[in-house]
Amino acid sequence: MTVLQTRPAPQTGALGTEDVRRVLGTVQDPELDEPITDLGFVRSIDISPGVRGAAVHVHLRLPTSFCSPNFAYLMASDSKDAVAALEGVATVVVELDDHHDSGLINAGLAADAGYRGTFGHEAEDSLDELRWTFRRKAHTAAMERCLTELLRADRDLAEADVGRVTLADLPSGRTKTALLRRREALGLPLEPGALVLVDHLGAPYAAADVPMALRRARSTRISIDGNAHFCRGLLRTRYAGAEADQNARPEGAEPGDQHTLLPITVKENA
Amino acid sequence: MYTKNGENYFIVDAHIALWDARPENQLNIHGKQFIDCFYDYHRNLSPAEELWPYEEYLYQGSQRLMKDIFEDGYVDHAIFQPAYLGEFYKNGFGQTEEAYSLAAANPDRLTYNHCFDPRNGEAGLDQLRADHERMGFTGVKLYTAEWHGDSRGYKLNDPWTYKYFEECRKLGVKNIHVHKGPTIRPLDRDAFDVSDVDHAATDFTDLNFVVEHVGLPRLEDFCWIATQEPNVHGGLAVAMPFMHTRPRYFAQIIGELIYWIGEDRIQFSSDYALWTPRWLIESFVDFQIPEDMTEYAPLTIEQKKKILGLNAAKMYDLPVPEALRIPDAPETETGPRQPERADLGAV
Repeated sequence: MTVLQTRPAPQTGALGTEDVRRVLGTVQDPELDEPITDLGFVRSIDISPGVRGAAVHVHLRLPTSFCSPNFAYLMASDSKDAVAALEGVATVVVELDDHHDSGLINAGLAADAGYRGTFGHEAEDSLDELRWTFRRKAHTAAMERCLTELLRADRDLAEADVGRVTLADLPSGRTKTALLRRREALGLPLEPGALVLVDHLGAPYAAADVPMALRRARSTRISIDGNAHFCRGLLRTRYAGAEADQNARPEGAEPGDQHTLLPITVKENA
Repeated sequence: MYTKNGENYFIVDAHIALWDARPENQLNIHGKQFIDCFYDYHRNLSPAEELWPYEEYLYQGSQRLMKDIFEDGYVDHAIFQPAYLGEFYKNGFGQTEEAYSLAAANPDRLTYNHCFDPRNGEAGLDQLRADHERMGFTGVKLYTAEWHGDSRGYKLNDPWTYKYFEECRKLGVKNIHVHKGPTIRPLDRDAFDVSDVDHAATDFTDLNFVVEHVGLPRLEDFCWIATQEPNVHGGLAVAMPFMHTRPRYFAQIIGELIYWIGEDRIQFSSDYALWTPRWLIESFVDFQIPEDMTEYAPLTIEQKKKILGLNAAKMYDLPVPEALRIPDAPETETGPRQPERADLGAV
């Protein structure tokens, strides 16, 4: 058998699946505020070398057939853009598997039809506002995590006083780093003296409104964390072995989250 | 009735279905995708001993339903909330005639709610009137992500939806259950956006709007709307089973709901046949907020009694034994807000 020998030997600098995975790591699920590579949404990466560069074929998968098509489209088209920008890539095919709009989205991506070209009358303008809505929510949740950690660590700090907490008051670590990243995304100030509890435009809250602002932020954080873990779990339910492609999310994690699946009952093939 | 530690709980399961998702009723691939999505929810969130085989999940029939809900399930009264899904299933997903007949044969135990689709225009209004004359329902279930020709969703504040609400008013249909699925049109905005409930609830203050699965995955938007609109209620469909796999998440959901909208506007449901009521009721009565979550007060027995049945019984005028009734709690700290502050702009 000489099959292995007929394959071209890897060259220095040749494109590998890890390179593709790395750039796919810049693609976020806007709703869950996490890279699609951490969520296990990248199903496969195939690379075929060619004279003018590599042909890359990526398959994506989602937790259910009925995940929102606008988010599905954003992730798939962002994936295509990210891979196409890689040096040494000649062509990119990104396909979304097993979704109710797979046919529509995959055809749109193949033709580079854009958002409006893909969805026709169902698209009005652009998905920019949708992205901003979830960037704001991601900031709100990151802000609440920092303040709630502070409240739990310092029992003398009252909820009503968190309006005066500055970035310098936050201990360094994952939670603070995450907040700084979200502030940067919104163009909010990053200097140590900046107030933590602000709205998406950077405006602070009047003292009387602080507890309510914190409570609202908390409900946002609970929603995002809960949804992120539910979606991860559903992906593991839907695709056996998907947990191997997921990185753990500490925010909102519970002991049961990594539970192995219930025995799989036979589903007939579609 | 469920009894534990000498306490009696009057149980209303406010959201059940009698569906048929068998292959012979599937119209296309979406019919299979839809029930597979439900089945994955079931597999993901159920305790191992409550797991059903796929074939049983496709269709239950009247007898099985009566056993699961009333014989095994402690439920005193259950309410059908049908999803039509005519673009996915030949004879629809919810089985209108079978469910209505079952409710007609068991009026003390079952209430039949109907459904409508405002995109059916004038003909749909005529149908609604005719259906109401025959079936006499007091509530409807609306699935805003329903597909209809080349439209894949509608909003509660669309002009035609308002015409249907006006008709509901005339007919005495006062309870509007809303399932916010991923509405597709327009795609530009968040598909799970619940702000249309806000508009409808403001313009139809004499109707009750029950938002199913308490707006998840947008709990925060739901809480904010429901805080401002006293006629907006939360249904716990899909939220309940998190008690098993993700108890801390469930504790936060219920903690937030009680903080924002109070204990009198939350309704239990099993979402049968997504799950069965027995284990959900047993688990909820035993459930408590974890001690380290000091931001929430522990759940009281009275709160559990209201959520498990008394709240829905009040909305549907169901007779509750005198000894089991509990008066309403005072307004929440967040209180009903003034309309000028009913603004969802800032997130």
